Amino acid sequence: MIATPPRDVAPPRIAPLELFVAFSGMALSGFGGVLPFAYRAMVERRAWVTREEFARLLALGQVLPGPTICNLAVIFGYRSSGVAGAGAALAGMVALPVAIVLGLGAVYDRFGDVPAVRRALVGMSAVAAGLILATAIKMARAVPRRLLPAALCVLAFVGVGLVRFSLIAVIAVLGPVAIFVAWKESDVA
Amino acid sequence: MSPDPDWSVAGQLSAHIAILSLMAIGGGVIMVAPEVQRFVVDSHHWMTAERFSAAYAISQASPGPNLLYATLVGWEVAGWAGALASTAAIVAPPMVLTLALMHASSRRTPGRFARAVGKGLAPLSVGFLLATGWILLRGAATDWRAVAVTVLATAAVLGTRINPVWVIAAGAAAGVAGLV
Repeated sequence: MIATPPRDVAPPRIAPLELFVAFSGMALSGFGGVLPFAYRAMVERRAWVTREEFARLLALGQVLPGPTICNLAVIFGYRSSGVAGAGAALAGMVALPVAIVLGLGAVYDRFGDVPAVRRALVGMSAVAAGLILATAIKMARAVPRRLLPAALCVLAFVGVGLVRFSLIAVIAVLGPVAIFVAWKESDVA
Repeated sequence: MSPDPDWSVAGQLSAHIAILSLMAIGGGVIMVAPEVQRFVVDSHHWMTAERFSAAYAISQASPGPNLLYATLVGWEVAGWAGALASTAAIVAPPMVLTLALMHASSRRTPGRFARAVGKGLAPLSVGFLLATGWILLRGAATDWRAVAVTVLATAAVLGTRINPVWVIAAGAAAGVAGLV
């Protein structure tokens, strides 16, 4: 049914230092969320993973508890360079942003009442929403053009975004269906 | 903000955050922010709701993963000790769990079930991401001009290969210029 067989591509070998530098770069670019920058760096610029592989990494990072983008860094770092790689990728994701946010906290203590500062925050928040939406639309193009995957995608959006069900409840209902369908489809291979 | 480390408060806060982080399945740690707020503002009166909102807004304006609000809240209530402890509490438990799972299934090629999980859940993650964008848009959309900025930013990222950092900078400039 599916023309291309499932690809089990060996993950690229990447040294811990390179992982630290690369994930630091994504994190420091990541205003309003690192995900768009991780997509751009890992898929478009460095071509470490394909669009489909990135969607799978992200799905795993979302299913595991904790910060999604850090889970993604840990999984990718581990696959590329073992535990050292996981630690390096996570450290890159967290270390410099923590230093910066504490610096900004100190600055806000002194200048938070300046109207221009507050207005800049409003503009940046509006853009941040757009960046997340654009990344979601890019990734939606990788969703198979069949009824069930498309319906699951729409139901996930409606359930969490519009109806505001708890995410855990939505995953508990839709997750088993999604996994079962993917499992049955892999029968073909 | 509190400059003095308070290890007792830092310990209580980080223990709570560690549990919440392990409960944040599927949507990242933004979804537990209201619980963190209830803990530090309503239950313990360690900070005011206003200070919490300010800390949250600053973390959103900072580069990096969106767990940074926990760092700032920790700093606010317990100084450097709190900042370090709550950051560690939000990243370390999930990392250990993730590594344990990766190690347990360390075969080079993932099994059929693992592939089905990854492949099956991918459409859901796209839906959740759309929902996050939608919720952020509703939070940021103070009026039609903010919505216009969001739409323009979406189009710019989709239609060009511009580095999103410049789109963020344009948004800040539009804000300062009073266009938003």
